[in-house]
Amino acid sequence: MNQNTSFQVKTILTVLALLSAFPAFARLNVVASLPDLAAIAMAIGGEHVEVFSLAKPQEDPHFVEAKPSLILKLSRADALIEGGAELESGWLPSLLDRCRNTRIASGAPGRISCSQSVRLLEIPTSLDRSKGDIHAAGNPHYLVDPENARRVAKQIGESFEALDPKNVVAYQANLKKFTTDLDTKLAEWAKLMQPLKGRELAAYHNSWLYFAGHFGFKIDIFLEPKPGVPPTPPHLAGVISRMKASGVKVIIVDPYLDRRTAETVAARSGAVVVDVAQFPGGIKGTENDYLKLMDKNVQAIAAALVK
Amino acid sequence: MKMNFSAVLVVGLVCSSAHSMAQAEPEVEKLKAAIHQLQVDFEKARQEHQEQLEALSRKVAELSSKGQSATTSPPPVSVVVSPTDSKWSPAKPISVARSGSSYMNISFDAIVDGGWSTASDPSRYLQLGDHDPIQRGFTLPNAEVALDGAVDPYFKGFANLLFKLDGNNETQVELEEAYLQTSSLPGNLQVRAGQFLAAFGRQNAQHPHQWSFVDSPIILARTLGPEGLRNPGAQISWLLPTPFYSEAILGVFDGSGGTAYSFRNGGEDGTMHGRTTQDRALSGAGDLLYVPRLATSFDITDQQTLLLGTSAAFGPNLTSPDSRSEIYGVDLYWKWKSATARQGFPFVAWQSEGLYQRFGAGGDGISGLPAESLRDWGFYSQVLWGFRERWVAALRGEYTAGNTGLLDATDLFRGERHRISPSLTFYPSEFSKIRLQYNRDDGASFGTDHSVWLQVEFLLGAHGSHQF
Repeated sequence: MNQNTSFQVKTILTVLALLSAFPAFARLNVVASLPDLAAIAMAIGGEHVEVFSLAKPQEDPHFVEAKPSLILKLSRADALIEGGAELESGWLPSLLDRCRNTRIASGAPGRISCSQSVRLLEIPTSLDRSKGDIHAAGNPHYLVDPENARRVAKQIGESFEALDPKNVVAYQANLKKFTTDLDTKLAEWAKLMQPLKGRELAAYHNSWLYFAGHFGFKIDIFLEPKPGVPPTPPHLAGVISRMKASGVKVIIVDPYLDRRTAETVAARSGAVVVDVAQFPGGIKGTENDYLKLMDKNVQAIAAALVK
Repeated sequence: MKMNFSAVLVVGLVCSSAHSMAQAEPEVEKLKAAIHQLQVDFEKARQEHQEQLEALSRKVAELSSKGQSATTSPPPVSVVVSPTDSKWSPAKPISVARSGSSYMNISFDAIVDGGWSTASDPSRYLQLGDHDPIQRGFTLPNAEVALDGAVDPYFKGFANLLFKLDGNNETQVELEEAYLQTSSLPGNLQVRAGQFLAAFGRQNAQHPHQWSFVDSPIILARTLGPEGLRNPGAQISWLLPTPFYSEAILGVFDGSGGTAYSFRNGGEDGTMHGRTTQDRALSGAGDLLYVPRLATSFDITDQQTLLLGTSAAFGPNLTSPDSRSEIYGVDLYWKWKSATARQGFPFVAWQSEGLYQRFGAGGDGISGLPAESLRDWGFYSQVLWGFRERWVAALRGEYTAGNTGLLDATDLFRGERHRISPSLTFYPSEFSKIRLQYNRDDGASFGTDHSVWLQVEFLLGAHGSHQF
């Protein structure tokens, strides 16, 4: 009887110990708000970090479900990497309010807010919601410019070094490899895109501004009449005639947007729809790999423009 | 500025005291001199400020013209740069403080209801909730100012100041919520203190603009009260170290007044369920209202999430010195959202709550009612279908019943009832909605009633994000 009781106590203690010993491995437990940040964190952290992305690759980054399971992920994180610039403001704050984790509190070393490293564009001079869903801090879709990925990778690397000094060498080597790979790719992409400079594209939502800036495209025509406002027939009629007038041959669409509407517009304006994604995994075969994803985006757009 | 203010304050104080001591002539002379001196000082300070301001604006103009002529190499680290236009003119829009540069979220949300019911006074027995459409024609049942932000590294603060128009279109003000919440306690603990909505079930803790229908479910109004269960108190919650999300919450509240409806509530006319209430002070910790809750959630797939909860509320009521009430509830929320949802659509969400209440009513010598247990139970179940971007079709079914006490033949608040409510909501954006709802009400005490309500809502400003 006595033995039995002590066995029970032991079992309970063991279970409790197992449950509470969450950082059982010395790997840095990293949560990223979005899959592009997660992919870069994986490249920099390598085997020394465990990375989880709150948003899924095909999900609309403005409207991620604030599931309770995500509170748990945040409560156990050593670091949180966020895009910032209000992209996640509809869902991340309520999770953070409840995660009870000071390691990732605002201002803590574990809070890595990447919009700090980049120059944001389209900062509105006035805040007026009659102009649609405009982010007060500027356009938050900045990682589609590969140069911004370099800046963000550097910031993430420095943060990892500060959080986990014993693996500094590995983080620095990984960062070096990432930037070298990026440089190689940038040279390839520049070669491919050079003859296409100045061409005009149409987009569903204004999330490719930084991409256009980097490669020298012009994106002025949007299927959405205003950011976040679904297309209306009169607006689409205007889009079709503008596309015809300026000879726009390509409409780029993210996986979470309405491809069918884009196809209709493409059919009537003699253009083609090109699937692009901001998040690794948004296009099949690019899971957790930022450079592979950008490669697909660049190849697809170049191929469509050359035609 | 501070100086100006204190000068004005001193002048005001001096004036009022001078008035009361009008007879003391020499005093008045002294004061006059003092006031004159103050005026001189004030004018001097004002001039100094003016000069400082002018010097500053000259400097700003200088700097901004320099900034424009400088080379335009992109800074590696940039932050939000405000527009450098030096002079403001009425033709230019005023730029508001940007998010992150202000210390708190400030928002205003208003709901307007319009509609018609076959019941001439829907508030008498059909619409039991305090923020329901309560009359034929128009109502403004809820307009709230919501504030939230970090107080310091240790606390977050929340406040909901609520305005509503009553049946006579008189404005009523409620301090609906005002509480602080810890953000840095160890051990996965979180403490809240102040006035706040109790964590009982699902809908009770939500504000009316988060509701999926224009009115609150009948069983919630009958048990947790027309205004919902909210009271001054404190709450501790613990995120359990389980592999899935589970949270244990214990709230302790003062438990008195109309916002603790089934507890130490004197009743609007001094009676509860026909018994004259006897007000009394707390005699011990057992007289407080306790609200425990356990919630757990699983992701069935990447697209489906289930949230289950069980809650209770225990505390005394005022129908006799030793009467007590207890409420038990279970709740379920399931949501599916498409993997490629755009702006959150399409989705399907199912929400249900079941509640049981035992109200230990004391005997009342005046009305002749005996001591008895009044039992109420009921549930609601609702399905929301976001069938295309910005559109939600919903259906809610409800049933409530209870044992029949001696008073129940005339007690419209209790008794068997069921209601079916289809609704259709259109969201022009995240910040506005238009909702049409039909209610078919059947009650043992009133027969059948039909109501149609149209609701519009708008939200201004920065509003904190909502929970799942």
